[in-house]
Amino acid sequence: MATEIDPRAGSRTVGVARVPAGTPGVVPIDPTALRADFPILDQVINGHPLVYLDSAATSQKPRIVLDAVDAFYREYNANVHRGIYTIGERATAAYEAARASTARFIGVPDPHEIVFTRNATEAINLVAYSWGRRNIGRGDVIVLTEMEHHANLVPWQLLAQESDADLEFIPITDDGLLRQDVFDVLLRLKPKLVAFAHVSNTLGTINPVEAMTRRAHEAGALVLVDGAQAVPHIPVDVAAIGCDFYAFSGHKMLAPTGSGALWGRRELLEAMPPFLAGGEMIREVHLRRSEWNDIPWKFEAGTPDISAAVGLGAAAEYLMGLGMDRVQAHEQDLVAYALDLLPREVPGIEIYGPSAEQRGGVVSFNLPGVHPHDVAQVLDRFGIAVRAGHHCTMPLHERLDLAATARASFGVYTTKADLDALAAGLRQVVELFGTQRPLS
Amino acid sequence: MDDLYRDYILEHYRRPHNFGVIEEPSASYEGSNPLCGDRITMQLAVRDGVVEQIGFTGRGCAISQASASLLTDEIKGKPIETVVDFGAADLLDLLGIEISPARLKCAMLSFDSLQHLLDEIGAKPLPAKEPS
Repeated sequence: MATEIDPRAGSRTVGVARVPAGTPGVVPIDPTALRADFPILDQVINGHPLVYLDSAATSQKPRIVLDAVDAFYREYNANVHRGIYTIGERATAAYEAARASTARFIGVPDPHEIVFTRNATEAINLVAYSWGRRNIGRGDVIVLTEMEHHANLVPWQLLAQESDADLEFIPITDDGLLRQDVFDVLLRLKPKLVAFAHVSNTLGTINPVEAMTRRAHEAGALVLVDGAQAVPHIPVDVAAIGCDFYAFSGHKMLAPTGSGALWGRRELLEAMPPFLAGGEMIREVHLRRSEWNDIPWKFEAGTPDISAAVGLGAAAEYLMGLGMDRVQAHEQDLVAYALDLLPREVPGIEIYGPSAEQRGGVVSFNLPGVHPHDVAQVLDRFGIAVRAGHHCTMPLHERLDLAATARASFGVYTTKADLDALAAGLRQVVELFGTQRPLS
Repeated sequence: MDDLYRDYILEHYRRPHNFGVIEEPSASYEGSNPLCGDRITMQLAVRDGVVEQIGFTGRGCAISQASASLLTDEIKGKPIETVVDFGAADLLDLLGIEISPARLKCAMLSFDSLQHLLDEIGAKPLPAKEPS
């Protein structure tokens, strides 16, 4: 993967194609040039170049992120908010700069509204425990959707069981869109909270978050958006969305595992009790009582994963340098290509979810008579990595009457050549398994 | 071309032996691997200490289905004391393919279901559950 672009030259120029095409005003990303930023992609698996199509599970990391993590440990590893010495101060400054980058990345003016977490799951749990246990009581209603990842479902189940609250679910249409008419009916129950995915990790559906937030607010509910599958792929501006909480993982947006964030409105975060208790989150500790630190540190008990946070800041800067509008245009182009290519090239393939314009970079599918595990296993022989299973959305699979699906998901570094390889690999699967299995 | 998807494995997957429901079973068990969506129901009829009939239904990957097909073939008609001694390693030998750790659960679904059946008919108690 040779390229003339110097990765040290700054992310703003990386991956810019020489000839603009497609969406007016948006210079398309050249993923082939961009791949030079991702060292892991330059390897051979089972005799074939790695074709990584599992970015919805976790993304690969650009050199700029790897270097940021490495530099932390090599040059200024020290605990944050403690050391009165040079590298300690540098660590604190880098940690807080990463918070500022993360805030800017999702359109938040006040970095103190960004709480670093391990991932989106922890961010959602934080709200369920801290806000939920204080604000949800017997008979209160929480509205979720049928397409939620287990991370935005199970914490609410626990809360509902504990506080005797009720969960209601917005159903989906057969092509994977939320039933907005049913949502309107559910809002008449005066829910306290509406929580839903910005982008579905299984179907790729981009939900109309702004309109849904507005309607939820009109009904008096707070809104939590699970943005884990949105932030890596589309521009996100929480101010424009108008929601109250926004949760996401770093590792799906080119940052290290162990990084993630919760954004919450200042007044909500300030009113919430701590989630975890210990060092860092306190102002004063006496033997029988303590006073909490200010936000966001009130929610960051114990030594955080500093290197991962620094990596998250670097990833946010990298993506902002690329331009999230260009990232979205690139992935939209890939989805349209895949939705055209796969049905043409792969006999019998069944693809789930909405049309290309309503979908992020996710394509879940099945081949007739072949279990998705077998699909993924055979594809691996060709160096192609896809996910097989229920992708942490068992209720959604139940709704679609599917035991499991195979899923190809894209990132900034995904190319049309990757999708051509997928189509060729799937043809091999069909050939190997031959005629459809009569029994199932 | 393939170490895993040998012709006989695919043949057992496409046309599994002993696939179906049996009449008057001594025991039935539904086993599943929720993570992959493999699910089989296995039934066993024992007469005079011998596995007279065995059948399974369900759906799953080639490995889980071929394994169930081979396993049921193996123990059909065998005295229960032989079946009790049939171990996981014997099933892997029967499959005759290299099973990666990620696919072991698929291969073992039928075996686990059989162990539950043996427990239910009082032939062999289930081992104490491993902490998960």
